[in-house]
Amino acid sequence: MTAAAEGSAPLRMTRARRNALLQSEPVQGFALISPTFLYALVLLVLPILVVIAHSFWTQHYLTIDRTFTLENYRIALTEPIYRDLLWRSLYISLTVSLFTVILAYPIAYFISFHGGRHKSLWLFLITIPFWTSYLLRVMSWKVILGYNGVLNSGLMGLGIIDEPSTALLYNSSAVIITLTHAWAAFAILPIFVSLEKVDRTLVEAATDLGDGPLRSFLRVTLPLSAPGIISAALIVMIPTVGDYVTPKLVGGKDGVMIANAIQAQFGKAANWPLGAALSVTTMLIVSLMAGATVLIIRTLQRMAR
Amino acid sequence: MRARSRFLPGGWLSVYAFLYIVFLYLPVIFLPIFSINTSPTPKFPLTGYTLQWYEDLPHTPALLDAAWNSLIVGISASVLSTVLGILAARSITRYRYPGRRAINGLIMAPLVLPEVIVAISMLLVMLQLGLSLSLFTVVLGHVLVCIPYSMTVLTSGFEGFDRSLEEASADLGESAFGTFRRVTLPMVAPAIISSLLVCFTISLDEFIIAFFLTGTEATLPIYIWGQLRFASKLPGVLALGTLLLVASFLLMTVAEILRRRAARRTQNEGGLYA
Repeated sequence: MTAAAEGSAPLRMTRARRNALLQSEPVQGFALISPTFLYALVLLVLPILVVIAHSFWTQHYLTIDRTFTLENYRIALTEPIYRDLLWRSLYISLTVSLFTVILAYPIAYFISFHGGRHKSLWLFLITIPFWTSYLLRVMSWKVILGYNGVLNSGLMGLGIIDEPSTALLYNSSAVIITLTHAWAAFAILPIFVSLEKVDRTLVEAATDLGDGPLRSFLRVTLPLSAPGIISAALIVMIPTVGDYVTPKLVGGKDGVMIANAIQAQFGKAANWPLGAALSVTTMLIVSLMAGATVLIIRTLQRMAR
Repeated sequence: MRARSRFLPGGWLSVYAFLYIVFLYLPVIFLPIFSINTSPTPKFPLTGYTLQWYEDLPHTPALLDAAWNSLIVGISASVLSTVLGILAARSITRYRYPGRRAINGLIMAPLVLPEVIVAISMLLVMLQLGLSLSLFTVVLGHVLVCIPYSMTVLTSGFEGFDRSLEEASADLGESAFGTFRRVTLPMVAPAIISSLLVCFTISLDEFIIAFFLTGTEATLPIYIWGQLRFASKLPGVLALGTLLLVASFLLMTVAEILRRRAARRTQNEGGLYA
């Protein structure tokens, strides 16, 4: 549409004026992005609104009663089973994001400051396992940690333990290990990007002015890379809180998370409104937790300077 | 001198980097190892080499159906999301308009939302609209989660693209379509193919959304999920998993090479950085 107008623009005044509007940057840019924008509106925003609406309704066997109620939220927040699942999910996602950020930071630092000409090769090497199937990566941890698994049989073969340990699989530690591994690569990229932006002359200036390597790292490099740490933490924390596969495969009874309960409401239990309320509650609480994390990191960053 | 002025010397860090790579790759490597082991349970010591588990794969009709379904879903999802990605990436990299960042944020949002929540929201809407669940609904879901990746690949290919080349082509009398076909397309083709490959890989490996949005037809990850309940089926799953790993690895490597070529092409020939 806009492309056809381009050739005929100088022909006549009135057309030229209309074309000028059509050719204006905002209109062209918006027209171009609108199909993708609409897709996201219809398949993401609308569905989330429908979930929010459902969370205020009630399920009566096969029909849904659309009178407003907060009963689902009362259940989600006070029933011990959901409260426990929610707390556990938050605890697991917070722990996993802490671990991934701590493990990822030195790697991002290494690639940015010592990567030399091979920076992009390093990044590629580190991200490639992330592109393999998530399901398969979780499955391989099941193979490793299982009763008859790699770790148990390996340790027995080496004579370190006499009988297979049951402590390895089917608990929340197994979930934390698996998730930390699964999200490891994802945390590196944002930290790497922010480290790349750190002005190297500032680090040298700090050293010239008498700061030791540790001091100049803590007072210059680390605070300047805080935005990367924040995005890495959020990019891990928010999706992991709703993880379904890992708790199901390696979590056992003690590793069940909120997503498993949400799925049950849309499957066997067939209580959509309760499932919707659990989803909304999870999102709200994880957003609060994410906000708190941002505040804490920013405060630390200011204190470091 | 400069190296010493930085905290954490490179030597120790490269040891750490090496260990980190081992940590990243080791778990995944057990799948191929046990897929060629004669013992049906994955444990040490290894009992012997066999290709039996691979030979059984083509004789499983349910698996072949799942592979066919995955192929159809993957191709449809990658084409649709790349088309939508091209429009959005072109708009984001070329034009400035109010709300641009907000729209971009919305399109990229599926990347950071819990997949279960994205999946159940779509499920609710589709059931409300009376759509019956099928491979089509899976494609709709996969397109939504593929677009952010497609956008990332395409924006890096489109950025630095020199508009004066297109203007020159138009000034020299080429039609709008001709300019697109003979100037724009050759410059961005590697990025587009890269986006197709990335989206296909994501769709091929994606489990949660397919799990919620499919009717009776299984894709490969759903087939694997079903098999995981039976301990005796594990070797076959390991063999299939290995094939999927190799496929993803190859597809992503080609995609990355093409993406870099695209970025280099627009930067060198676009004249912005040359």
